[in-house]
Amino acid sequence: MLEFRAVTKYFMRGTANQVLALDAIDLDIAEGDFVTVIGSNGAGKSTLIKAISGIAMPDSGTITFEHRDITHEPVYARAASIGRIAQDPNDSTCAGMTIEENIAMAERRGQSRGLRRAVNKAARERFAAALAPVGLGLETRMGVRVGTLSGGQRQALALLMATISGSRLLLLDEHLAALDPKTAESVMRLTARLIAERRLTALMITHKMQDAIQWGNRLLMMDSGRIIFEARDAEKAALTVNALIDKFHQIRHTQLTSDRVLLTP
Amino acid sequence: MDQLYSLLTNMFEQGFLFGFLALGVLITFRFFRFPDLTAEGSYTLGASVAAALLVGGFNPFGATFAAMLAGAAAGAVTALIHTKLRINNIIAGIIVMTALYTVNLRVMGRANVPLLSTPTVFGDVIAAVNAFGLTLRENALTTIPIAFVLLLIGAAILVWFFATDMGLAIRATGQNEPMILSLGVDTDRTKMYGLALSNAFVALSGALVAQNHGFADIGMGVGILVTGAAAVLIGEAIFGDRGVLWWVVAAIVGAMIYRFLVALALRVGLDPVDLRLVTAALLLLALAVPRWRLRLIR
Repeated sequence: MLEFRAVTKYFMRGTANQVLALDAIDLDIAEGDFVTVIGSNGAGKSTLIKAISGIAMPDSGTITFEHRDITHEPVYARAASIGRIAQDPNDSTCAGMTIEENIAMAERRGQSRGLRRAVNKAARERFAAALAPVGLGLETRMGVRVGTLSGGQRQALALLMATISGSRLLLLDEHLAALDPKTAESVMRLTARLIAERRLTALMITHKMQDAIQWGNRLLMMDSGRIIFEARDAEKAALTVNALIDKFHQIRHTQLTSDRVLLTP
Repeated sequence: MDQLYSLLTNMFEQGFLFGFLALGVLITFRFFRFPDLTAEGSYTLGASVAAALLVGGFNPFGATFAAMLAGAAAGAVTALIHTKLRINNIIAGIIVMTALYTVNLRVMGRANVPLLSTPTVFGDVIAAVNAFGLTLRENALTTIPIAFVLLLIGAAILVWFFATDMGLAIRATGQNEPMILSLGVDTDRTKMYGLALSNAFVALSGALVAQNHGFADIGMGVGILVTGAAAVLIGEAIFGDRGVLWWVVAAIVGAMIYRFLVALALRVGLDPVDLRLVTAALLLLALAVPRWRLRLIR
């Protein structure tokens, strides 16, 4: 469904602060995959997601989505089938507009927007039916502004907005990071349920190794713009947090020593 | 008593005519969160286009509609400069405002065009009403209901438009552009629609004011953005932030209060030269009062 071929992305290229965020990434994600991504800060996890959604255009390589080359497509053009939620709850919803207005905008994802009244009675009923299973009681408060909701409520709303209409790929960029542990857990359960119900392909960045192990069928570990370790299915199910940490240090160490070999005469 | 009467009629007459300006500025200033200086040119553009067409023997309604289209075009140009050339939106507005000065002079052919002998929207409506056997004449009392009905139509269109799918997308463009982009909206287009709509209203205001005052002048748009912003801010200081319908009402009431205070300042003996100082003080007050009010509540 989604293929990366030698995708490379630099930030501040040509300056002293040049950063190689994606280093010739090759990656194949099949339909129905739920991929978790872990890695230290600056490993390129976020850039990976931004390259898929079009926020960060690669310097070289190609990204193919559903047999279509989307490498240089603008964000809005690929948004019809790709939903994305960022870490900050302010990013994925519109604070100054009401819950129902936000959902109405999301429901028209990728479709033309004309002079049809956005929120009418039928739409309200539809939105309430979609909100009720989320279990936060938002269906009774659809006329309030999203800015008055808590971070967890806003991320739950963002999840609904990302999945309500036709998106087939869901990108989650540390969408639980700004939430308290209890809220994060319930939003994570909602995430998993929506992915299963709507048969979505998903890519989830998380800084919690436990979440990365517990959820999904594939796990990627990134470092310095490369995918340094991958586990899937049974192998992934057998992973533990400690095993992952060991793996990380082991791989990093061998790289460091091989670098040293190269550098010393 | 006479003084108060004329102050009040002035407030309604001029307030309603400047209400269109306030609605136009509301779109850019509130929804897009930037002061669109195109307004300084498109206000005069509206007056110039209407004046040139009226002098040329055009129907006043057609001339006024053409003025709106010209304003919309000016707004679209500002949006294109901003989105396609990636130039800061304020700078884009300044560029178009500057260019429009020449355009306006070319359209009018000179710096001032009197409209006292040409038909106007107001004169035509009064003539149409008089066909039913009345003998009304064009003055403040007859202008007020005409301006009010026109403004009501304009305000209703805005309230309706900003509740449609396209309207929501335009509002979200100003509030959270990355979010609406990720929902598949080409924000280059929504910005263009928003700026075109805004400047159509500003130009309409200019066209109506010119017909009401009896002339179009090259300098009439100078400082007009501040006038519109003052109306928006005064309204907001009174009504608070309660959604699109109340923003629209607030902008109109703000325009009326602004005109009233300006007329009052002149009436109590202030020199017209000092008027800008009054405007600046009003603007400052409108910005400061909501903060004081917050402090009082706490």
